[in-house]
Amino acid sequence: MDYAAVVIVEVFYGISVLVLISAGLAVVFGMMRVINLAHGEFITLGGYAAITAHSLGVPIFISTLIVAPIVVAIFGLVVERLIVRFLYGRLINTMLATWGLSLLMIGGMTMIFGNTTTGIPTPISGFTLGRYQMSGYNLFVIFMAIVTVIIIYGVLKTTRAGLIARGAMQNPEMANAFGYNTSRIYMLTFTAGAALSGLAGGVMAPLVGLNPASGANYIAKAFITVISGGTSVVSGLLSSATLFGSVSQIVTFISTSVVGEIALLIAAVILLRLLPTGITGRFLKGRV
Amino acid sequence: MKIDRRKFVAGTAAAGTMAFLPKMAIAGETIKVGSILDTSGIFDLYGKPMDKAVTLAIEELNAAGGIAGRKLEKVAYDTQSNMALYTQFAQKLTRQDKVDVVHGGILSASREAIRPTLRKSKTLYFYNVQYEGGVCDRNIFCTGVTPAQQAEVLVPYAMEKWGKKIYILAADYNYGQITAKWIEHYAGKAGGSVVKTDFFPLDVADFGSTIAKIQEAAPDMIMSALVGGAHLSFYRQWAAAGMNKKIPMASTTLGAGNEQVVLTKEEGDGILLAYSFSKELDRPENKVFLDKWQKRFGSTDDIHELAVATYQGMHLWGAGANKAGSVERDKVVEALESGVSIIGPSGKITVDPKTHHVVTDVHIVEVGDQKMNVVKSYDQRQPVDTQAVCDLSANPGDTTQYEIKI
Repeated sequence: MDYAAVVIVEVFYGISVLVLISAGLAVVFGMMRVINLAHGEFITLGGYAAITAHSLGVPIFISTLIVAPIVVAIFGLVVERLIVRFLYGRLINTMLATWGLSLLMIGGMTMIFGNTTTGIPTPISGFTLGRYQMSGYNLFVIFMAIVTVIIIYGVLKTTRAGLIARGAMQNPEMANAFGYNTSRIYMLTFTAGAALSGLAGGVMAPLVGLNPASGANYIAKAFITVISGGTSVVSGLLSSATLFGSVSQIVTFISTSVVGEIALLIAAVILLRLLPTGITGRFLKGRV
Repeated sequence: MKIDRRKFVAGTAAAGTMAFLPKMAIAGETIKVGSILDTSGIFDLYGKPMDKAVTLAIEELNAAGGIAGRKLEKVAYDTQSNMALYTQFAQKLTRQDKVDVVHGGILSASREAIRPTLRKSKTLYFYNVQYEGGVCDRNIFCTGVTPAQQAEVLVPYAMEKWGKKIYILAADYNYGQITAKWIEHYAGKAGGSVVKTDFFPLDVADFGSTIAKIQEAAPDMIMSALVGGAHLSFYRQWAAAGMNKKIPMASTTLGAGNEQVVLTKEEGDGILLAYSFSKELDRPENKVFLDKWQKRFGSTDDIHELAVATYQGMHLWGAGANKAGSVERDKVVEALESGVSIIGPSGKITVDPKTHHVVTDVHIVEVGDQKMNVVKSYDQRQPVDTQAVCDLSANPGDTTQYEIKI
């Protein structure tokens, strides 16, 4: 019984990690059709921002939940203005440009932070579940994933800014004709996506050993989640993260983490074969 | 004197030769020491201090009068953590620079990439890294500690302290696989058992389910042979769950790249390790070494096991060459096979003539306050894993890397 509870918490944790690391990409890709191959490095940058702030004496939750998103948002803003805005609608070109950016960021972070593994301690202590000892921080990750999803959903669905953003993505010319500055909307959306990546980096920082090349650990899973989710930002993200998170965690429990990763990839291949436009291309169509 | 065509040709040829001679004589005077290491890229954490160790050892050998009266010169290439560059630079070292010896290689893959080239060109090769063991080749000397040397002392010590049931976590490639087998072997020998072994690819960074599984198995202790930055997450998540207070842990890998400094005091304290070197080792040779390093490079923070193995490998070669009175490969090999020893920072190092590995002191080390504190020293441990499969005095033509069966 205790063990079942442990498994359930771990499954939710697996889903939450996928949600967090994919949210920024889902916003940028789902809304703007821009494939940001530097997404993993955005997350890593968030991690470094949090670690640096923490080592300068900033309280840990402010470092991870406020400093990290703000730093990466500012960085994302600069990137959008300098690189991405010239490439909207040119999928291959954005991929190339952001891939170059990711290499540049790895090099830059290596120069600044050194090519070593760093980290910060987890701020929440463990707790006991029956006869099992669990990480309290895992619950916090689950909580943060829920908050993130609620915020994205809330902004897109209930605020005027969200409505305008969705409108501008669906039909830029029409939004322009109504007098909205689409360039500015794109800029803000990309910045918001970057802030979400930074948040993921900050939240994950206490759990991992961070080094400049850590982004590679996130990028593949984030892409699989977002592409399989399809075009709807929130429902796509939630449905595919739930599917893949459960598959990989349950298989990991039954066998090993290697098989768990394989199961995730196989699930993704089958899913994309059956639903080439992603889950929300078939089900939950037209949802946010 | 009348100069005809024939005399002219002969004369200029002679002059040409004369012009070349002094240059050749100078080149013959310095001994070229080839160094091939990743001093940039993802493995530079290991490579940079190793490169410094080569520099320091060459300066010391030169200060002591060189080898057979000749000065040493370093010829170094940075392989940028790129395996393809190893073969390229090994060719360059042997063909263009014509070095007298090569020290270097970090990953086993890099060693296997250059070992055939160096053997073919009859260039003596020193591989100065803790590795999985089993290389049997008369052209190479492996001066790092091997899994059996660590497991042989670490497993029984930890079992006596903590109990008989062991859960093994290891990196999923040959080093981890082989080390796990040795841990199991020595656990069985000491009357214990392995409840489960889990292997992880090098990029796995999430250990939540593993931590639950370990609790389900309820072992007395964990033995870790996890490798690299992603795997460092395990120690962090283990501590985050509060498990480090409940189930103790020993490792054959933590600390080889100074990882104990990355973990906080709470995360690292109490983990047992086995290495041939620790900065905290209280021996006069070590104090002198740390002092020299400090003076030469400004800080001893970056010194680790592999840098010290490189430093000792250089001096071992120097001792062999001095004994042979030459840097010619066959003479140096013969001299080293006669049983050369040096006293290095980690203690006495002796060449094992049958395997070309080293007999070395191994120390049980406990992580405390981000330091590697020595708790017990075992003198002169034989490389028993490689000895089980390799006998170069019986088969001098052997070039295999054996997979050790236990």
